[in-house]
Parts: sequence; C-alpha cells; structure tokens
Amino acid sequence: MAPPDLRYTKEHEWVRPAGETATVGITDYAAKQLGDIVFVELPEAGRQLSQFAAVGVVESVKAVSDLFAPIGGEVVEVNGELATRPELVNEDPYGAGWMLRLRLTDAAQLDELLAADDYDELTREG
Amino acid sequence: MTDASGIRATAHLSPLLDRHEALGAKLIEFGGWLMPLQYGGILEEHRAVRERAGLFDLSHMGELFVEGEEAAAGLGYALVTDPAALAVGRAHYSMICAPDGGILDDLIVYRLAEQRFLVVANAANAGRVSDKLAERLRGFRAILDDRSLATALVAVQGPRAVEILGPLTEVALDALRYYAVAEGRVAGIPALVARTGYTGEDGFELFVDWERAAAVWDAVLAAGRSVGLVPVGLGARDTLRLEAGMPLYGNELDEATTPFDAGLGRVVKLTRAGDFIGRAALEKVARDGPAKRLVGLTMRGRGIARHGYPVGRGGRPTGAVTSGTQSPTLAVAIAMAYVAPADGEAGTMLEVGIRDQHVPAEVVPLPFYRRPR
Repeated sequence: MAPPDLRYTKEHEWVRPAGETATVGITDYAAKQLGDIVFVELPEAGRQLSQFAAVGVVESVKAVSDLFAPIGGEVVEVNGELATRPELVNEDPYGAGWMLRLRLTDAAQLDELLAADDYDELTREG
Repeated sequence: MTDASGIRATAHLSPLLDRHEALGAKLIEFGGWLMPLQYGGILEEHRAVRERAGLFDLSHMGELFVEGEEAAAGLGYALVTDPAALAVGRAHYSMICAPDGGILDDLIVYRLAEQRFLVVANAANAGRVSDKLAERLRGFRAILDDRSLATALVAVQGPRAVEILGPLTEVALDALRYYAVAEGRVAGIPALVARTGYTGEDGFELFVDWERAAAVWDAVLAAGRSVGLVPVGLGARDTLRLEAGMPLYGNELDEATTPFDAGLGRVVKLTRAGDFIGRAALEKVARDGPAKRLVGLTMRGRGIARHGYPVGRGGRPTGAVTSGTQSPTLAVAIAMAYVAPADGEAGTMLEVGIRDQHVPAEVVPLPFYRRPR
C-alpha cells in the first residue's frame, strides 16, 4: 500500500509536499519491479526541472530506468547517500531512499498527480 | 507480478516450473523457454553462489546425444574441436561454426563412452545446432538423438557444492575432475554428474530424465538448506558468468564473430588432420589476425556500461560493449566489449558512451573474478 500522505505519478515516482518544497523518490512498487538497485544518477542542485521531464536514471542489476520529475521545480538538495548506498531505495523507498528535494515552481501541478488510492489501483492492475 | 500467461502459451515449460512458482520466482522468457529470472534478489543469489552454493534449473539447455562407430569423427567434422581426443568421461568446451568461421553456438561436449557423446547447446540455438549436426553427420556412421525435451539439467554451484551433493550420490565427487563426467545416481535417480558450470565456482551439472527432475531438485534443495544453498535464477547466472569472464551467446558470440575474435582461438584445433566446417576461414583468421578483440573493462568513472553502448579511445570510436553490470563481488562496474585490436592492451584507457557522457574505463585482463583455491 502506498503511503496516503504522498502524491504519485503513473511512472512510479512519489512526491511529499511540504510548503514551498517537496521531496521526491520512487515507489516501493517500482523498486521491487526493478529489483536490486545498484546505481542512481540524479540532477545537480540548482537545476530547474520541468514537470514530467526525464531528469535521472535508476539502474538495477538487469535494467536501466528513467527517473521523471513528478513536479516542476529547482533542485535544492539531492540524496548524496545514494551514490554509495543505492540499495537504500529498495530498503526504504519512502524514507532514506528519497532522491530529490525541489522548490516548487507551481504547487498547482500537484493536482496532476495521483492520490494513494488511485496509485494502488494502478499498480494492482499493472 | 510478471504476466506469464501469454508466454506460457508459446514457450517451452521447464519440468520444474511448479517448483519455481512455489518459490515465488519472477519468470521471464529466455531462448524460447519460460524460466526463473530471480527468486529473492539477484545480488543475494549471486553472493550465495560465491560464498556457499546455488541451485539452478538449466532445463532450457539443449542435450544432443551422438552415438555410433564414427561419432567422434563426425563431431570432429561438425565442430571446431577434436572430440576424438577426449578420454571417456571427459568433456571440453567447443563451438560449432559456419563455413565462414562465424560462431553458430558454443557448446560443451562430453564423451560418455567410446562411441557416445553428449553435446550441450544454448537454448536459443538448440534447434539450429540439432539441424546442423544432423546435416553435417550425413555420411558418418553416427546417430543424432536430440533429447532436449526429455532431459532436464540441474546445476549445483558454489564452494559448498561437494559437501551438499556428496551424501546424495555414490559418484566419487572428489575423484571427479573439472570437466569430467560420470554416470551414477543422485537421490536414487539415474543421472549424469558433470563437474562443469558457468559461474566461476566449483560445482556440478546433473542431467536427469525430464520426469525425475523435480525429485532431484527437491533432494538437492533439502540437502543444501542447512549450509545456505538457495535457488538461483538466470539474473544471477548472468552476473556470475560475467565476473568469471565467460562469454554469452548473443552478447559476446554470434555469427559475425569468430572464435579468434572472442579470444577463444585456442578452442579451434587447426593442427589436427582432416577437414572440418569453417576450417579454411578460421585458418585465414589465425594467419591474418582477428578484426576485433574482446576485452574486459573496469569503469573508472560513475556509470554502468550496458550491452550496445559505444566504446571510444580519445574520442575516436573503437567498438561496443557486449555485456556490463555492477559486479556484486568486486563492487565496481565491469563490462566486456569488442574493440579494435590495437586498443585492447591491458591498461589502455577507453571511454564508454553512457547516455550523454563519456565515462572512462580501463582495459583489464579477464576474468574479473577468479575463485580462491
């Protein structure tokens, strides 16, 4: 079950809004589908991201997967820990496995994202 | 989560499929077969094989038996190796090539008796190898019996393999050398027990009748639990063989590649008398030198090289990656690649094109990993 306080994309990213900023990561479902994650490539701090643009890469042993920005904004922080411990994404996708912190361009973009119930529905079918 | 129902209708099904499903395996189509990709996770399975032992279902491999007065001579004509030189109970790595020297498949040939051989082919090529052998054995007093769909293959690989398998068989495992094979029983079931594998570890491959495969699987799994044996899927099989520097057909080997390109010229027995298919072309490659060279790469920058990524030297294109992964044992990204022969010396710095970056990579000797003895 996806945590109820987050918003989701169909591409399996999550967003945790907190005022003008938001934290971004990939869902537990995505991490499980990818398998053991061994490499994460994230955009540098300061970069401006457009909503739904490909901004990074998540690689498991077998697969390479794009990371999309679930919401537009400026990167204010990246989870540097993932450079040496990418397995945190599997172990704690909604916590220690977070990827980006963004200063939001337009909080209204959150409305384009899925609520937890809808995301759970999507991944049940998927 | 894998929707295997579509594949299930068209793929061959392993006799152990119900075992894999009960173990929660993620299944994939591979070489026309529905097989386990992973059970727990690839990294965990990989480490189990390096540190303890793993159990593999390799029932997708092709088993072709060749028997008769001229079985050895016929195989010597069909393949690049000389099976007549094998002692009974021994095996060697071999290849079947096209007349132009291109590799049709890589094989293991076991000599089971003076006039009886087992040729093991890759799943995706088994039909083609079977057809080619049938064609090339014409005129030889030898019978080809394709038992791919009647023979299951279960492998036990890892440093604890002897300890696990020993109590289940009367075959004297300590006396069974690397690349040797013996007929015997495993858990009471008739089996060919071979000391071969594709992981870089010590271990055994057990050829058994299709109908008895599940009993052998269950017995080995039960016997190995206490020392930490786990079932291992094709995902970890790939990372294990890559660390061990072993080629995979479709990645390092294909019809556009000769054994010499792949650094496996030693497999081709050019000094023997008699013709074999591909001989003239391979003699020419041996004389002139191959057009490309298979190398090992260790990434010296951030990024994982993958199949198909371009390789350059100082900005000039030199080749492409054939296989690449993050090495679970060495904790660095490793790859194999074909490059121009002049760019293949160990220590040469190359670049791999990973998305929009050129990531430095160093040519290193193969294999990446050698088991402690």
